[in-house]
Amino acid sequence: MEFAIPDGLSYAESHEWIDRRDGVVRVGITDFAQDELGDIVFVELPAEGETLERDDAFGLVESIKAVSDVYAPISGTVVEVNEALRDRPELVNESPFDDGWLIELESSDEPDHLLDADEYAERI
Amino acid sequence: MPILRYDNPYEPATGLERRAERGYPIGPLSARPVHREIYLVGYRNESDVSLQKPPLFEEHREAGADFTDFGGWEMPVTFDSIRTEHAAVRDSVGIFDVSHMSEVSVDGPDATALMNRLTTNDVGTLERGDAQYSCILDDDGIILDDTVVYRYPERDGYLFVPNAGHGEEMTDRWSTYAADHDLSATVTNETDETGLVAVQGPDAIERVESVASEPIADLGRFSSTRTEIADVDCLVARTGYTGEDGVEIFFPAEDSDAVWAAFDGVQPCGLGARDTLRLEAGLLLSGQDFDPDEEPRTPFEAGLGFVVDLSKPAFVGQEALGDLEDEGFDEELVGIRIDGRGIARHGYPILADGERIGHVTSGTMSPTFGVAIALGYVDSAYAEEGTTIDVEVRNRTVDATVINQRFLESLEQETVTE
Repeated sequence: MEFAIPDGLSYAESHEWIDRRDGVVRVGITDFAQDELGDIVFVELPAEGETLERDDAFGLVESIKAVSDVYAPISGTVVEVNEALRDRPELVNESPFDDGWLIELESSDEPDHLLDADEYAERI
Repeated sequence: MPILRYDNPYEPATGLERRAERGYPIGPLSARPVHREIYLVGYRNESDVSLQKPPLFEEHREAGADFTDFGGWEMPVTFDSIRTEHAAVRDSVGIFDVSHMSEVSVDGPDATALMNRLTTNDVGTLERGDAQYSCILDDDGIILDDTVVYRYPERDGYLFVPNAGHGEEMTDRWSTYAADHDLSATVTNETDETGLVAVQGPDAIERVESVASEPIADLGRFSSTRTEIADVDCLVARTGYTGEDGVEIFFPAEDSDAVWAAFDGVQPCGLGARDTLRLEAGLLLSGQDFDPDEEPRTPFEAGLGFVVDLSKPAFVGQEALGDLEDEGFDEELVGIRIDGRGIARHGYPILADGERIGHVTSGTMSPTFGVAIALGYVDSAYAEEGTTIDVEVRNRTVDATVINQRFLESLEQETVTE
């Protein structure tokens, strides 16, 4: 199966992506990850203002068949959470890189430890 | 996000351990510790040599199925998505390969007596072609397995269907009991030679009739008949595990391809949808909602008293159940609707006023109603419908209500009332 792995994003080996834009870092899970989980029915996210260290479990994504923690690929402060997922958790399945994003962080962390699209593609 | 390459949803710990012993990768690709709970997880691209494969394994693989280890069998868990497959069965029709289920035939002059001694329902009431749901108990009245007993339509003798992985155990149990009690019966484990598919949903009967040589629309619930499908001799029974109308079709395993092909175009469904469908219908899963080791329960506790006939001739477990009927029992299975945010899962504690009063045995998000539902055992004092309880979901308490476990009806009712 072919999975979407957009260029320009950075990826964690644990299948989160980050997108740096205008000083804010958007975080979500990859197309591969949502496919492995299957039908997502519940997403738990942190409160705005919460501070995350890199690798902290900041929330969880639950499907009909499994639940998994999601990890902060970089450190930062939560400035926005995707409220739409409260009623429509399936957005993570339908649109993992766009409408299905999870949180936005304010971060000064450099994502040097993360993978680019080609490197991530080799790992799945 | 761990990589979900685990198996055996219903025995998470032992499944992982066994898989590790076989040298299969069990960890996430990333080395960091992860919190994960896997309920029903598929894998692809790798095949487990120690598992028995259904005759249609390659067929399913080509169709893009993910597989899981279930009762020692490598079975499809999803073909498309659980939601899609679930909806097909509720709205129109879906087909399941359930050849992992066991089949045991019992023939001979004492076949009826033997069946009656080892199951709880009265086999004596079955006419040819009739079927009945039943329990298999130990001497203490604990459920070893549940089963459907079919009296063959064309001859004397019975076929019963224990759950996956129980065929040999039950064949031994039947044979030993017959030998010890001078009953003349031939007991044969036919699991490997028998193929089984379930065609389920409101359009199932019409779809099966379109390929069957005999009419089946008049077949009553829990009745069976012989018919040919794709020139294969089949036993078609109006039984199932989804809460919908439909049939289960038995045939020689070697003809599996032909029978499966006859239903080309029907949505193939895996064990994932089978689990959400049965749970919405309030049907129990052997090994999870009762289990002689992990969850030892009598039929009364499990809400299966309706398949126990205490007045029929003696059967194993009868005395213990008779005592229990007089004394009453402390805990019983209930249906649970989760009212707060969260999904109750196998093993989660059930609380009332902060005190632990039971635990969840099965739970999921209902695809039909979009509400989290569960089955669990609670202290009988809290078993009445409408009782408010809490379920502990990952160290958080979530509001819940005891409701009728036939969720298809009880949640539909609520929708209508609202």
